[in-house]
Amino acid sequence: MAADGVAIGTGTGRAPRGSILNDPLFRSIIIQLLLAAALIAFVWWIAHNTIVNLRRLNIASGFDFLWERSGFDIGQTLIRYTQDSTYGRALLVGFLNTLLIAVLGIVFATIIGLILGIARLSRNWLVAKLATVYVEVIRNIPVLLQLLFWYKAVLSVLPNPKQGFILQGDVDPLSPFRWLLDKVGVTTGPSPLTFHMPTVALNNRGLLLPVPVPGPDFTATWIALGLAVIATAAIALWAHTRQRRTGAQFPTFRTGLALIVLVPLAIFLLTGSPLTFDAPVLKGFNFVGGVAIKPEFMALLLGLTLYTAAYIGEIVRAGILAVPWGQTEAAYALGLRRGVALRRVIIPQALRVIIPPLTSQYLNLTKNSSLAVAVGYPDLVSVFSGTTLNQTGQAVEIIFMTMLVYLAISLTTSLAMNIFNRRVALRER
Amino acid sequence: MKKYLVTIAAGAALCLTAGAAMAGPTLDLVKKNGFIRCGVNPSLIGFAATNDAGEYQGFDVDYCKAVASAVFNDPSKVKYTPLNAKERFTALQSGEIDMLARNSTWTMSRDTQMGIMFTGVNYYDGQGFMVRKSQNISSALELNGATVCVQTGTTTELNLADYFKANKMDYTLVAFENNTDVNNAYDAGRCDALTTDASGLYATRLALQKPDDHIVLPEIISKEPLGPVVRQGDDEWFGLVKWVGFALVNAEELGITKENVEQMKATALDDQAQLAKDPSYKAKGSPDAARLLGVDGTFGQSIGLGNDWAFNVIKQMGNYGEIFDRNIGAGSKLQIARGLNALWSKGGIQYAPPIR
Amino acid sequence: MATAAELAYVQREEEPILPAPRSEIGAFAWFRQNLFSSVGNSIVTIIAILFLAWVIPPIVRWAFVDAVWTGPDREVCLPEGVGACWAYVNAKFAQFIYGRYPIDERWRVNLTGILFVAGIVPMAIPSIPFKRLNAIFLLGVFPVAAVVLLTGGHFDISFDWLFGLLVVAALLSGLVVAMTTDVRERGLAGIVTLLAIAAAVVAFAYGDGRDTVGYFAGDVGRGGLVNARLVILVAGSAALIAGLVAILRTPGEPGAGRVGALWIGAGVLELVFFALTIDFGLRPVETQLWGGLLVTLVVAIIGMVTSLPLGILLALGRRSKMPVVRFLSVVFIEFWRGVPLITVLFMASVMLPVFLPPGVTFDKLLRALIGVALFTSAYIAEVVRGGLQAIPRGQYEAAAAMGLKFGPMMRLVVLPQALKIVIPGIVNSFISLFKDTSLVLIVGILDLLGTVQQGFNDANWTSSKTPATGYVFAAVVFWMFCFGMSRYSIYTENRLNTGHRRR
Repeated sequence: MAADGVAIGTGTGRAPRGSILNDPLFRSIIIQLLLAAALIAFVWWIAHNTIVNLRRLNIASGFDFLWERSGFDIGQTLIRYTQDSTYGRALLVGFLNTLLIAVLGIVFATIIGLILGIARLSRNWLVAKLATVYVEVIRNIPVLLQLLFWYKAVLSVLPNPKQGFILQGDVDPLSPFRWLLDKVGVTTGPSPLTFHMPTVALNNRGLLLPVPVPGPDFTATWIALGLAVIATAAIALWAHTRQRRTGAQFPTFRTGLALIVLVPLAIFLLTGSPLTFDAPVLKGFNFVGGVAIKPEFMALLLGLTLYTAAYIGEIVRAGILAVPWGQTEAAYALGLRRGVALRRVIIPQALRVIIPPLTSQYLNLTKNSSLAVAVGYPDLVSVFSGTTLNQTGQAVEIIFMTMLVYLAISLTTSLAMNIFNRRVALRER
Repeated sequence: MKKYLVTIAAGAALCLTAGAAMAGPTLDLVKKNGFIRCGVNPSLIGFAATNDAGEYQGFDVDYCKAVASAVFNDPSKVKYTPLNAKERFTALQSGEIDMLARNSTWTMSRDTQMGIMFTGVNYYDGQGFMVRKSQNISSALELNGATVCVQTGTTTELNLADYFKANKMDYTLVAFENNTDVNNAYDAGRCDALTTDASGLYATRLALQKPDDHIVLPEIISKEPLGPVVRQGDDEWFGLVKWVGFALVNAEELGITKENVEQMKATALDDQAQLAKDPSYKAKGSPDAARLLGVDGTFGQSIGLGNDWAFNVIKQMGNYGEIFDRNIGAGSKLQIARGLNALWSKGGIQYAPPIR
Repeated sequence: MATAAELAYVQREEEPILPAPRSEIGAFAWFRQNLFSSVGNSIVTIIAILFLAWVIPPIVRWAFVDAVWTGPDREVCLPEGVGACWAYVNAKFAQFIYGRYPIDERWRVNLTGILFVAGIVPMAIPSIPFKRLNAIFLLGVFPVAAVVLLTGGHFDISFDWLFGLLVVAALLSGLVVAMTTDVRERGLAGIVTLLAIAAAVVAFAYGDGRDTVGYFAGDVGRGGLVNARLVILVAGSAALIAGLVAILRTPGEPGAGRVGALWIGAGVLELVFFALTIDFGLRPVETQLWGGLLVTLVVAIIGMVTSLPLGILLALGRRSKMPVVRFLSVVFIEFWRGVPLITVLFMASVMLPVFLPPGVTFDKLLRALIGVALFTSAYIAEVVRGGLQAIPRGQYEAAAAMGLKFGPMMRLVVLPQALKIVIPGIVNSFISLFKDTSLVLIVGILDLLGTVQQGFNDANWTSSKTPATGYVFAAVVFWMFCFGMSRYSIYTENRLNTGHRRR
């Protein structure tokens, strides 16, 4: 019956002398066809021009260069790379450097941003105002300018290697309290906590840190760590089921932490501390050995972190403000303690508001890391769209590949954050 | 129809475009435009840099002016496009500029894979190192372990890698996109050494905070023949730019200068007139000068110009030696010795094929 | 039972209001409540005060006390203990504003600036009337004046350009022929189509075969140019008049407005082209010579003006029911949002030349501008989409029920509500755009930051104090513009925030 009614309705409702041009369906098909045709023509035109230009000018094309020897060095590499490596490997080096700065930047920016957001909501007038001033200053100055400024600042503050700061030799953690201990008369010599500190140096070549080199017996510590992690997981599972059954709680977090830290530490000490350090040593011009955190990296990380943190602070503030006060009151009324109320009631609701803009800030940070090229940090753009492009001259292939890599990073991050977002999203009836 | 698609697309994108005819030869376009579009370094003192009035000056700039003098008898008929290392060849390939005079090294891959051609060598350079005097080193071989600042996208970067590898030395690389950043980083103490073409080192040193605290090491680690570049596919224009360069060198060899060029031409004309009257007349000027200055033969026409092309170039710009001295040599702040760039007859390798 | 009379005391009149306790008013109380309300709070306050005491005096000393304000060259800034080298900013100030723009011609930049301020200020203050005229000045007259003033005008529009323009006009009027139902209009539009085609043929036939467009007309190829400009002038004026007639003579008839608007648009466009070809006797100034704040503002303002309409179109496209349109919008938006601006600028500077046919090249600044505008439009599109999604479906349905088609529905019902909501978002995008203009320095265009940085290498001014001073100066300038914009956005937001608050 219903179907009949519909059929009658549409059948007779059609306007008697309507031009086909006024039919929305027809129009939409025409518009779409025209658009698609225009687009295809445009793409074809560009492709045609490109091919003609490349051929006319005798410019090399194709992706064969990726397997050719690059011939240049890169200032900072996470994987093995020499001038004999290929352009393809240079791409990988740049990509990993980009990822490194992005991940570290995201972690630090989130921490600082969280503090800023809370500080802006602080009931302490001074703290709130300080946070506001910070946010308003940082957000209204181009990030490129900030990066350049930090790079100049880092370079001008740090001394040259021969006059740089060095921390090495025996370090007694109790030495700041020596006067107190002496007064009480507890100890006179070096305290038992004294240990040998591998060299740490800070100068305008970077922050030089020792690299731990595990000895043969270190395997035991690894195994202990693995066992501790498994044990923690088992305890967590057991505690969870028990709580569901009986309601009794178990301090899983503290137990787990103790297990994971203490057990491997004990094994490590028992096997005779099989860990040596490859420490930086001043030799000739520079420090040799260890690992250097370069000024370029420091400036970039500092600049990106401080810049993005201002935005994240605002997002956190908006997120917390978006949770009605009634929720807090209700949580307290149920007898939840402040920490639990925050963890179980307020933060989950605030996250819902926070996550989408937070995602775009993470992506912005990743994309802004491409400004590394201005401070000489060898990221993807600098190594690939910069040096490689210049050496090979294959602009089209290289810029496209760079863009694709960033697109892939963006889309993957968006996807991951969307999945996370779906998990915390409000499930409406 | 494709032409009109182009028109529509370009028209829609507003009208600030500059166009160039690829269909016709570059020279026709240059003549029609009334100026030469020349790509130069944005800021390299002595080679191409702006003065206080914002005008470009320098050795490379004078090459642009020399070509403009040959075509228009007016060195001011040049429009300069400052280009960084990355953009320079693309700008030339795409027709944004007619010639590039931007201290670019002539290499095989550039000559064969990038759609461009070097017209010759206007400056034989080589890569060197600059360090602080306080480092107390006197040779590049003592640079083991040093941190080196370099500009990316240059042959310099590749030579640096080769040199340290060949000498089994380690180094830490700090690379920047712009020359300015390289210099600033070196000046700020980020690097122990700065490397680029030796000529560039002298130019760079002038802009450091304390130029006297730095020295250029004696080693030259590479061959860097620098020269003007044109697009492939226009032999007439290629020939023109090439022969303007040769004319400058020939002029120096023949002793023709900005000062005496008028007189030399008068002499040559006089010789010609006398010879016509009296075949046994002994010419005062050299026949080479007569050919260069367009008194004898029609060499100018063969490159699409008037026969007084070289005369105009020398009258406006002087010869190779004068251009060198004025911008980077003894008459400039840079004080670069002629060295390899002296004439072949004076111990250098600047050598131009004869005009005949 | 106690009666009222039995009670010992009944308050019969209101007690006078007592002053608040001493501890609750005045500065002391304010301090206690806001800074020292608890132990933890007090500690935090003290740390903050110590922090300020640590940070502020050196900054003040650097920027004011120890600073050098004037001087001929770097010598004044070299001594140890000197703070900011404002003498550098002082000496280079004109360059920071105009770049290498010829000194004799700088009045043109100033005049453009004055015109812009004269247009934007009354636009920004709500109480000043004549907004419509103002908008016409700002969006119609000013851009043409600015282009002519800044570049020098006198563009060489060759016959091919004219031909292309007329073909577009013919296509547009052909479209009207196809879409209108009114017989008279069909006739009129048909005639216009034929005329445009005929004019195009004439223009093409008269063309001197040149397929190039010189940057500025200079002295070459004037012969044919006069005719071309005449054709543009006549055709433009005719189209303008025809458009006005169409609107005024046939009020209320379906399609009349559309035809009129098309003609007026075509007429205005052609007149603008005509204006650009006029020789005002101004010396041409290439964009290579532009620099400093001039470039920053040019890129930012043109970017804003072009990216907003493009962004709105993209947002509508993304919410369209047509799959092809939606798909293309999504791809476009996600592509631009997924890549860093710097790669876009690299693309504009090294890839675009390869995409164009041999010989066609764009001005470097224009290429960067296109990149910036496309990039920003994708972000604006997402902001506007947010606004569109916030409009309840009922609004769309109500508009449809009133018989409004897509265009009027959007123009009269949806967009006014949506745009009002997204003003803060759009302004944020504009602020981002303004800040991002500084990236053009990486592709060798000298904006404010680029000019400041270039000065560091001037042998007259290299000193260890110059960079910090220059960066701080640039930062202050950028900050003033961005902060100003954000404050104005908050002001507008409050002003437009009508009728949505629950009472």
